[in-house]
Amino acid sequence: MPDLGPLWLSLGLASVTTLILLALGTPLAWWLARTRSGLKPAIEALTALPLILPPTVIGFYLLLLLNPTSPIGSFWLSLTGETLTFSFTGLVVASVIYSLPFMVQPLQSAFEGVGRAPLEAAASLGASPLDAFFRVAAPLSIRGFLTASILSFAHTIGEFGVVLMVGGSIPGRTRVISIAIFEQVESLQYGEAHVLSGILIAFSFITLLLVYSLNRRFRLHVG
Amino acid sequence: MSDDRLSLQLRATRGAFDLDIEAEIPLAGITAIFGPSGSGKTSLLRLIAGLDRPDQGRIAMGGEVWSDSARRTFTPAHQRPVGLVFQDARLFTHLSVAGNLDFAQRRAVRGVGRFDAETIIEALDLVPLLPRRPASLSGGEAQRVALGRALLTQPRLLLLDEPMAGLDHARRAELLPYLDTTLRQLEIPALYVSHSVEEVVRLADRVLALAQGQCVAMGPAEAVFDQLEIEPLEREFEAGSVLAGTLIGTDERLQLSRVDIGGQVLELPMPVALQPGDTVRLRIRARDVAIATLRPQAISIRNVLDGRIVSLTPAEGSPYCDLVVSIGASQIKARLTRASVEALELVPGQAVYALVKSASFDRRPG
Repeated sequence: MPDLGPLWLSLGLASVTTLILLALGTPLAWWLARTRSGLKPAIEALTALPLILPPTVIGFYLLLLLNPTSPIGSFWLSLTGETLTFSFTGLVVASVIYSLPFMVQPLQSAFEGVGRAPLEAAASLGASPLDAFFRVAAPLSIRGFLTASILSFAHTIGEFGVVLMVGGSIPGRTRVISIAIFEQVESLQYGEAHVLSGILIAFSFITLLLVYSLNRRFRLHVG
Repeated sequence: MSDDRLSLQLRATRGAFDLDIEAEIPLAGITAIFGPSGSGKTSLLRLIAGLDRPDQGRIAMGGEVWSDSARRTFTPAHQRPVGLVFQDARLFTHLSVAGNLDFAQRRAVRGVGRFDAETIIEALDLVPLLPRRPASLSGGEAQRVALGRALLTQPRLLLLDEPMAGLDHARRAELLPYLDTTLRQLEIPALYVSHSVEEVVRLADRVLALAQGQCVAMGPAEAVFDQLEIEPLEREFEAGSVLAGTLIGTDERLQLSRVDIGGQVLELPMPVALQPGDTVRLRIRARDVAIATLRPQAISIRNVLDGRIVSLTPAEGSPYCDLVVSIGASQIKARLTRASVEALELVPGQAVYALVKSASFDRRPG
């Protein structure tokens, strides 16, 4: 039986990343969906950059940004006694940036789909903007939240290049499932690579199956 | 702090036209904001509701200033004591009808429970709809829920943006009595946006008429419609007159009502829920009025009124001529062919008989 540590590490990383992205991506997507600012195209382009940049480019700049001699890296080191590079925290930072478009884009289009009409109705009924967001816009965007979370989670599970450059392969800390499989294949341990790969394929398929069936049910209910 | 009037001095650029309105609207009963499509009715309502900001100007209800560009004050929509019924209802699709009503009730201004929730729900007949989802409601039902939802926020002013525009004739006839009785029963001041003469005459105590973003007339419905029909707005509406009168009696056997208009009597088919002595309003279409120079005999038309021609306006390039005939203190309009006018040799000042083929009751002014 191969070591399942990398699987749990990947699931943990994806969960933390998705939660952080929900907190950061929601206000950003909301702003993008509602703003008339001239800055909107620039912010949209920035948000989408991780989609087309090679992971090595992102990994390279994150290394420069987070290493212990950089301002951010040294600040973090003095604060926690731990480096940002080659640590779980560093992987979270990298994953949040790398998966950002997978959270923001589905949410933005969900919010745009809600439109102004229900929010104006909520305002006319005495709901403050925050109240209207949580009680009207968010429930109406439930499918967007679901899609965005699943895509961010799955994309984080599947990342490789950025993780390798920022985190390396420290068992129990940064050796996630994709890295583990890579190393097993490199060292010709095909049997163990099969187990982890098979688990990943089954997990991914079941997740996507769940999304699509949930989506169908929600459409009936909300639509 | 008095809620007795809404004062507006507004200037806003809205694409095709500029809204430029100065008005003091008494807040009692129903005020119709009336005008053709694109005249700025909805824009005005959105400014009053706080959904849009005016470029310049001031909105105040009684002593409460909601918006003043000079002092840079602006009360956002959710803090104004205003209920709003949209043209398209805008119920929340993720909630049931009960959930929609509950949403409003939870956000109602506290301590101002002037309208009892049960009264509203009963008056609008909402009980059977409570468990339904908005998507399953008809247009008329959705608007009833939207009206109830707006009232449950305990507003001091209700704004209605063409709530019947999306409905077919049958649904309108179904919704109108609900609107009428509920607003009267709760005695809530309302601004009612509409481009339908029929609705305005039926519902409104006074009319603010808009054309191209400007207020062109304001006052009692009769006076405003009389004034409008000599303005370019006329083409948008079917010509006719609105008359005030007093119900003097009903005839149960013949199912008739008799109405006194300035000393002369008009007979109409019996209306519902009217008492003798009540003030009524009648709407008479110009094409339902014929003119005779001698009192006709042996004729089925029973409404023959003594009158005098005030003016004759032949419509250029058309076969018609519009007449204004004074009947006592009131005036009615008649549409004849130009051929008839020539054959009868009609002139202003001439004494004539106006034959009214049909007239209809409008809402009793509350």
